Amino acid sequence: MFHRFANPTRFLRFAAVIQPWIAAITVALIGSGLYLGLFNSPADYQQGETVRIMYVHVPSAWMALFCYSAMAGACAIALIWKHPLAELSAKATAPIGAGFTFLALVTGSLWGKPMWGTWWVWDARLTSMLVLLFLYLGYMALNNAFDDPARGAKSSSILALVGFVNVPIIKFSVDWWNTLHQPASVVKMTGPAIHASMLAPLLLIGVGFTTYYLWVMLIRIRYEVTANKIRTLQRRQAATGESHA
Amino acid sequence: MNGFLQIVRRDLHLAMRQGMDSLMVVAFFVIAVVLFPFGVGPESNILARIAPGVIWVAALLSSMLSLERLFQADYEDGSLELLALQPVALEITVMAKVTVHWLTTGLPLIVAAPLLAVLMNLPDDGFVPLMIALALGTPALSLIGAIGAALILGSRRGGILLSLLVLPLYIPVLIFGVSAVDAVIGGFSARPQLLILSGLLVAALPLCPWAGAAAVRQGIE
Repeated sequence: MFHRFANPTRFLRFAAVIQPWIAAITVALIGSGLYLGLFNSPADYQQGETVRIMYVHVPSAWMALFCYSAMAGACAIALIWKHPLAELSAKATAPIGAGFTFLALVTGSLWGKPMWGTWWVWDARLTSMLVLLFLYLGYMALNNAFDDPARGAKSSSILALVGFVNVPIIKFSVDWWNTLHQPASVVKMTGPAIHASMLAPLLLIGVGFTTYYLWVMLIRIRYEVTANKIRTLQRRQAATGESHA
Repeated sequence: MNGFLQIVRRDLHLAMRQGMDSLMVVAFFVIAVVLFPFGVGPESNILARIAPGVIWVAALLSSMLSLERLFQADYEDGSLELLALQPVALEITVMAKVTVHWLTTGLPLIVAAPLLAVLMNLPDDGFVPLMIALALGTPALSLIGAIGAALILGSRRGGILLSLLVLPLYIPVLIFGVSAVDAVIGGFSARPQLLILSGLLVAALPLCPWAGAAAVRQGIE
């Protein structure tokens, strides 16, 4: 399974088959989640209607961390087994993860204004998400900083792994530093602390964001493979052109 | 060990020849800190409040500015490839280069720090923890920075890229370095923060040369 998809042509064929299915599942999950969350769930007794920001904010924050872990995993696979698709999928994941991180920060800021009375506080969670965004940006910058794309992919893989070691350290250091954000209430040892009518849309959108990630990642990998092919063709053309001249 | 000392000696000789470089780092450190009284005003209680943070941030930036030349000169004239070919593990070579970087930037920063603490009106209790925290923190900064310096070898716009890569990774050192000084000024013990700083250093000591060597290998391939 793992090595089967080392062949880009086979992978592209597989991707073309499953892509419409993933797209359909994504639309269904996010659509139903948004419907349940916006129209069919109760407003919070304290926060009122603004609690509905949660249905985008919390899944985005999950995805921000999930994408970074997926990216670091792909980078490890790329460095250890030199799997060609792992490098491409790490490169494809970074902008999606950065997007989700940004979305989590923006929705958090919009939620913070009515609830905390300020757009931004230097709280542990907000700060560590901001650092995560910088790690994504650093990865993408390093990936694009070399004339040779293979070199960029390898160097940025090392950076992603170093960042992955550092993410828990940053998380704990800022946790001790300053805190206002509430602790997690869905994933807890004692079971979720929110009611089923709110948990259902939250989970639907969470899974929907994950399939959305897979969907966009497939599109981006297909784009990268095609761009590589074009680059190879151009190089070959340039080489034969020189030999004729 | 012999190979390690030889590289340290070679790089120290090179640094001595260009003695100004190391002084320039200290000069930048001093000027960066001196800018703050102009920016926030000369009230001594405000300066005393922000002194540990300002000194730490300036130390962090000065340490980062000199990172670019850690591998760059050797990379450009090809001696990095020869260093990689010699029968010493590349990790040892990276460790030696980090040691020299700390001796030529970290150590002068620690020496200059008390002077700046006086200028910034840091309370007397804060001096000793500031020095201990810098002594534990600056080697960790050099170690983490070495990874960034190795990753940007051969890239376009190396310097500005380096800051984007390295600064987010510096945050834990900064947080605990500043809070160690703040704790003592506030009347608490700095022991937990200093222990965490030592922990960060002990973790960085084996991991960073390893990752840095992997990055150098990508660079000279």
